[in-house]
Amino acid sequence: MNTTMKSWLPPLALLALAVVLYFALPYNLAFLTRILIMAVLVLSLDLVLGFAGIATLGQAAFYGAGAYAAGLFAIHVWADPVAGLLVAGLAGAALAFVSGLIVLRTHGLTLIMLTIAVASICHEIANKARDVTGGADGLRGIRMEPVLGLWQFDFIGKTGFWYALTVLAVVFVLLTLIARSPFGLSLRGIHESPERMTAIGVSVYWRRVTAYTLGGGIAGLAGALSAQVTQLVSLESFSFTLSAEALIMLILGGTGRLYGAVLGTLVFMWVHHWAAANDPFNWLFVIGGLVLAVVFFLPRGIIAIPTALKRLGGRHAGT
Amino acid sequence: MTLLLNILVDGIAYGMILFMIAVGLSVTMGLMRVVNLAHGGFALLGGTFAHWLGSDLGWPFWLALPLAVLGTVALSMPLERLIYRRVYGFTDLQQVLATIGLTFLMIASVNLWQGSSLLTVPLPEGLKASVDLGFRTLPVHRLVVIAFGAAVVVGLWLLLDRTRFGIRLRAAVDNRGTASAHGINTDRIFMLAFALGAGLAALGGVLGAEILPIDAYYPLRYMVLFLIVVAVGGMGSIPGSLLAALGLGLLETATRYLVPDYATIAFFALVIALLTVRPNGLMGKIA
Repeated sequence: MNTTMKSWLPPLALLALAVVLYFALPYNLAFLTRILIMAVLVLSLDLVLGFAGIATLGQAAFYGAGAYAAGLFAIHVWADPVAGLLVAGLAGAALAFVSGLIVLRTHGLTLIMLTIAVASICHEIANKARDVTGGADGLRGIRMEPVLGLWQFDFIGKTGFWYALTVLAVVFVLLTLIARSPFGLSLRGIHESPERMTAIGVSVYWRRVTAYTLGGGIAGLAGALSAQVTQLVSLESFSFTLSAEALIMLILGGTGRLYGAVLGTLVFMWVHHWAAANDPFNWLFVIGGLVLAVVFFLPRGIIAIPTALKRLGGRHAGT
Repeated sequence: MTLLLNILVDGIAYGMILFMIAVGLSVTMGLMRVVNLAHGGFALLGGTFAHWLGSDLGWPFWLALPLAVLGTVALSMPLERLIYRRVYGFTDLQQVLATIGLTFLMIASVNLWQGSSLLTVPLPEGLKASVDLGFRTLPVHRLVVIAFGAAVVVGLWLLLDRTRFGIRLRAAVDNRGTASAHGINTDRIFMLAFALGAGLAALGGVLGAEILPIDAYYPLRYMVLFLIVVAVGGMGSIPGSLLAALGLGLLETATRYLVPDYATIAFFALVIALLTVRPNGLMGKIA
């Protein structure tokens, strides 16, 4: 088996898992769809953080922008889901481009703080513009047309599931292609050593802005999915908690590998679901403990476990 | 004129609260280079202790305040030993994650102990009163907060400028390796500075409970605010933190009085504009 085929194995296994889960848990489709949507968001973060090395805690800004754009577009202009997706992607990308121009001039703590600040401003604008966004009550009254004119969104969420899975798969393939393109490789170079990339004539700032913009567009897609499938956009779309959880999912799975992002989302959402269902008041203990455990004992994420085990096994074999 | 005085008194009181809470964050960032998103958690812990002592046990405020601060300090030291010491060597991102994890655990602990409702700290009658200046009245609470803030500023200046601990701390901030080579026990300095910062955050949290209400989600709600003070002031700079806290306190209060509907947006927009011009903050040395 050659390396190209081997690198497609984990994502194909995850795709198969999604299909199995669809048939295994027919009454939890809303939850499964939520995982798929979060996976798109976490993939966008993997592009920004895992590839371009931009430590952001404000990815929810673009998710929220996409969600509100898709919701408002469906209510006021056209309720076609795919057109809504495109509009939301453009909205997320536009916000990421404008804010990225400022945010990416800084680094370290200031950068992290500014990304949080951008999301906070969006939250505040959505909260204040009650006439347009519905404020704290959320944006209601979204009625979607059938996907491609063929599949109507149903009550159980079958259409929503396949729709979200398709978008996730397209985003995954797109990001894989980007990662292998010269642009993707230059991002990795910037991540490893910005100084050297500057020295060989790469405009580091503009590459980072481009990656940030692309990431914003994909996060916008995730927001649009959420708005279209749940037919509701709440202020929570802009919340710090969402940004933080997306980051935790990415680190839990492992950065820079794409399928790590999907795996991390799956595990985190499952633990979250399980903990919140068992003890709705104290699940934050589980999440907090999980985060500390990952940072201290598994800094490279779940995808590093096989390598770590192999090395452990190798050491045993050697002695 | 009355409006100006209102903005001035409320703004300075608010700024002093921000300074007390954020100065520890600035010092730990300058000293240990650790991005501590859990710092607001110490203000929450202080507030929670004060609520427990004052509301649940009915102890007087002036006894609950120092005990709450001491309780927070006593918790912060083992935390520094066990968790933070390992975090210092991490990358920015890992530090962010580890301290978010800690923040979640702090929120969960307070939630388990005291529930998720508002944790009020009962004030003594003396603090609820107002003083009559003839042409208008001022709430005593704000004046006491300003007095405490001024005392903390003077105390910190004396501590850092006039004591052996201060000299060692400044040496460690400037260059940890060299300080260590001169026989300064930097581990001890780190722990004391951390505990000092946590104690001040608790003090600010309790005194500021009227301005920044305390509940379990306090550290997340005000995280950006505290980070902004540090980023605007410049990491590791105490005068910078004071300047930034007072400036931001006045700015936020002024926007709240003058353009209440757009206060938060105006506040953030001005902060972003400032940081675009000066990415290292007003008095920052460390990038």
